[in-house]
Amino acid sequence: MTEYNFAYLDEQTKRMIRRAILKGLAIPGYQVPFASREMPMPYGWGTGGVQVSAAVLTPEDRFKVIDQGADDTTNAVSIRGFFERTAGVATTTHTEEATVIQTRHRIPEVPLREGQILVYQVPIPEPLRFLEPRESETRKMHSLEEYGLMHVKLYEDISRHGHIATSYAYPVRVEARYVMDPSPIPKFDNPKLGDCAAIQLFGAGREQRIYALPPYTQVVSLDFEDHPFDPSKADHPCGLCGATNSYLDEVIVDDAGGRMFVCSDTDYCEARQAQGHRGKDAA
Amino acid sequence: MQAQTLEGGFANPPADAAHAFRGVMEAMARPGTLHQLAGATPPAPLSAAAGAVLLTLCDTETPLYLAGDADCAAVRAWVAFHTGAPLADAANCAFAIGTWQALAPLSGFPVGTPDYPDRSATLIVECDTLDTKGATLTGPGIRDSAALSLPDPQAFRDNAARFPLGLDFLFTCGDRVAALPRTTRVR
Repeated sequence: MTEYNFAYLDEQTKRMIRRAILKGLAIPGYQVPFASREMPMPYGWGTGGVQVSAAVLTPEDRFKVIDQGADDTTNAVSIRGFFERTAGVATTTHTEEATVIQTRHRIPEVPLREGQILVYQVPIPEPLRFLEPRESETRKMHSLEEYGLMHVKLYEDISRHGHIATSYAYPVRVEARYVMDPSPIPKFDNPKLGDCAAIQLFGAGREQRIYALPPYTQVVSLDFEDHPFDPSKADHPCGLCGATNSYLDEVIVDDAGGRMFVCSDTDYCEARQAQGHRGKDAA
Repeated sequence: MQAQTLEGGFANPPADAAHAFRGVMEAMARPGTLHQLAGATPPAPLSAAAGAVLLTLCDTETPLYLAGDADCAAVRAWVAFHTGAPLADAANCAFAIGTWQALAPLSGFPVGTPDYPDRSATLIVECDTLDTKGATLTGPGIRDSAALSLPDPQAFRDNAARFPLGLDFLFTCGDRVAALPRTTRVR
């Protein structure tokens, strides 16, 4: 057997996912249940994102996949290869060229534009799950707009650590209604969620939820007046391209404590290096 | 069976439905923008865009309410053959199609529950004209403001006031579609 239906999924499955996406866009931040399918990769490897991508891709799209910002890690390479083979779509590593970008845990550094779609892979879509394990209860809390528990959690962070210690999957409030998990992106990326020109779709395969942010949606990171939200990053420039405004990975380079900081967005870093920017660790 | 019943579907369903869905999704994500939906030629009185929406979103899992003139033998047969969607009344539908007058009153449609606001109907409103002028729209998906020719702005204000419950609307005219989700504020 060599032939797949376009983008792997059968048409009835795609219709089901497409209906969930439309309701997600109509109720920003609300998690729409959907009948997630078995995919030819394990849960936890982006099955939710893959199903959403399969439902939105057209044959003319140019597809990019990033995993923690990188185009060349196992997860990104295999999902890119999956859609090259099953949908025949063109792929790219350049953010500007891509029309559909599937991402695990990062938002590209380059601002997205209209006509682009950002598809997030989400492990735990429910922001209240670690505070309240019962789905029946968290659903009720969302319906009653009862988010006090989340503020208590952030407050306990402050009382214990002196600051809000949540550094990724930092909860946000969408259009002053639903509290949403932005997927495990670093909180550095949170400000890019709001007022984004692109459509943002979130797919959680194992947990069977889809949610969405239409363009130009108001997204506010939860905080307190005396402890305002701080989208922090490592206080270094990139070792390769010298960028001071990008999110950085810390890389251990020897067994004597040597380390360097490099852009987590590989495409952004390579583009800057091609323009002649150099950091202190560049060869 | 009439030949008309068998014809008018997508020639290449995976690609045609993907294109149609992108149009519908862009419309829903950016209220007040018009998008072209091609590939379907449903029987009268359905528009090409409405036919494409039905082929893209409806199947055996989505009860469909045909309102007014849309509830005719030709449309029933076409919908049955191409989508298999069970026909339902307004109170039990997932999708409804018809003119604004035929769909009224809106109070009869499911608006979802506080636990599951997604369990609400999507109304496909067939329009004689569809233009980006008229009522002023603001809200998610709209950078500053947008405009759309709406049949009755007050009805959409009432719908938006129920958020997160409410109905979502697709407006079809010829081969064009626009949308108004429940989040859009209408002035």
